[in-house]
Amino acid sequence: MQTENYTITDSNLQQLLQALLSSGQKVVAPVRANNKVLFKEIKSASEVCSDHVQTTLSAKHLAFPRTEVLLQYKKTGKEVTINDFPFDAVPQTFLWGSRPCDAGGFAPLDGIFNWDSKDAIYNKRREQLTIISFSCTRHDDACFCTSMGGGPGNTAGSDMLITPAGNGTNIAEIITDKGKALFENYTSLFEEAMGADKEQYLTKIDKVFDTAEIKAKVEAFFESKVWKEQSARCMGCGACAYVCPACACFDIQDDKHGSKGSRLRCWDSCGFQLFTLHTSGHNPRETQARRWRQRVMHKFSYMPDRINVVGCSGCGRCSRACPADMNLAEHLEVIMKMEAEKI
Amino acid sequence: MCNSNIYMPYPMRVEKVTNEAPGVKTFRLNFINAEDAQQFTFKAGQFGEYSVFGTGESTFCIASSPTREGYIECTFRQSGKVTSALTNCEEGDTIGFRGPYGNIFPLDEWKGKNLLFIAGGIALPPMRCVIWNALDRRSDFKDVTIIYGARSVNDLVYKHELEEWKNRDDVKLVVTVDPGGETPDWKGEVGFVPSVVEKTAPVAANTIAIVCGPPVMIKYTFPVLEKLGFTDDTIYTTLENRMKCGFGKCGRCNVGKVYVCKDGPVFTYKQLKELPDEY
Repeated sequence: MQTENYTITDSNLQQLLQALLSSGQKVVAPVRANNKVLFKEIKSASEVCSDHVQTTLSAKHLAFPRTEVLLQYKKTGKEVTINDFPFDAVPQTFLWGSRPCDAGGFAPLDGIFNWDSKDAIYNKRREQLTIISFSCTRHDDACFCTSMGGGPGNTAGSDMLITPAGNGTNIAEIITDKGKALFENYTSLFEEAMGADKEQYLTKIDKVFDTAEIKAKVEAFFESKVWKEQSARCMGCGACAYVCPACACFDIQDDKHGSKGSRLRCWDSCGFQLFTLHTSGHNPRETQARRWRQRVMHKFSYMPDRINVVGCSGCGRCSRACPADMNLAEHLEVIMKMEAEKI
Repeated sequence: MCNSNIYMPYPMRVEKVTNEAPGVKTFRLNFINAEDAQQFTFKAGQFGEYSVFGTGESTFCIASSPTREGYIECTFRQSGKVTSALTNCEEGDTIGFRGPYGNIFPLDEWKGKNLLFIAGGIALPPMRCVIWNALDRRSDFKDVTIIYGARSVNDLVYKHELEEWKNRDDVKLVVTVDPGGETPDWKGEVGFVPSVVEKTAPVAANTIAIVCGPPVMIKYTFPVLEKLGFTDDTIYTTLENRMKCGFGKCGRCNVGKVYVCKDGPVFTYKQLKELPDEY
């Protein structure tokens, strides 16, 4: 659908959230807990944190939980009963207060989970998810969404985008049918568009490179020593993958309790040594340099090639979370500036 | 299909267990649900995820031929967690299977050609599928040669089938064991697969070579074949890499941008030459 513009006041925005909560809907929003801001299910509008740049973890768990039960089984003698994933039990969920880069992170996940074989479990959670994002009026050093084709007011991936416009007002953009359905339930809270350009209210993030250039560069430097240099300080902790909105690599493990149990899908990371280790002891990605190269190539070359989407929304979480201070944007900048003779 | 859980395995009955070699077993698996048996089809070269409920899933090929309908077979060596649990399964037990996944050996394109099968050790199973598939439509192909090697006589798998192939007029079978692996009454060849290939392979003209084996065998066999005149697009192999999903999502098996689970596991030597050295 074509995006529709409206205005909504701060107080009506609060009322919209309160109305969702009062109607018993599951709402997930940024909540401050200890020193972190995390997406959590809220019961009251007052729990929502709004003075943060970015949550520590992305919102991907709403469609791709950290651990989820794919099926359950029960053994009785030699017989096994297998119970399918309970599709009907996936609740409708409203993600409130995500950033455009959180919403943009769902495009790579949608691509991976629908590459030929459709992952019905992921798709069910996704279908049940309505995303109400808030444009960024601030950013920090790790942010690089504009270099990834996004931006602080980018609408892609959101169902509704709210841009704070000062003086207690906000620009509300209705982007998808899901956003429209939400709007239609609470039309009285919205007013006619002000006609103001939202750009003036957004933070400015310089675009440093573009994804097509990165793709060409990382492919040209596949055999370069740069991967070893950049990953020398990487300890393979996998934090970058866990905080990333676009990382979808997973493990499948059984969880057994006596005669019954579950088959689980769990987040995994290409940064782990065990990730590709064969039973024989052979490991195709045996060094951290190869694992770092896989991480960068997968996001910026293989995914664009195979499923036509870049595996990064420029949220910068990996750089904020890295205990060894590896900054993805900085590393990409180094590669962008490399010349052929320095391979 | 769009609304079904792609991680749901077919429940399979372990119909028959055959001890092939030390630590190596073959399972014949029957579909427990008749409708699963009816709708299931696969082609030579494809693989699946076999699971022991409570232990997990493991990836290996379907070792039986698609021409033998109603069941599938798998052959595995006890080596990790899941293959150990499989080893402990008995006839009548229920295990899981999901698949088939991956591409195929293009048997239809090979009509009218000679087929040369070269296998080493526990890599005969993925090739056995193609061998029986070809032998069950024998008139489609000209000469069929099978060269199979293992570390020792004891390590040879499918001993009954080797005997069957040996006794057929329309198959040339060469079996070899590594030096030191022979028994006093051993009548086959003694020597490593690449050198036995050099000695016994048929002419390269109009011949397709299918090679499966441990990496070291592959590494030394491909150059021998090229020396014998095989071009790199007439040499086929099947790759394995660690996998979890089998359909391009879990992120493990890719070699560069090529996914072993989706683009493979069957590749020509020509395709392998274009891959980065990361498998």
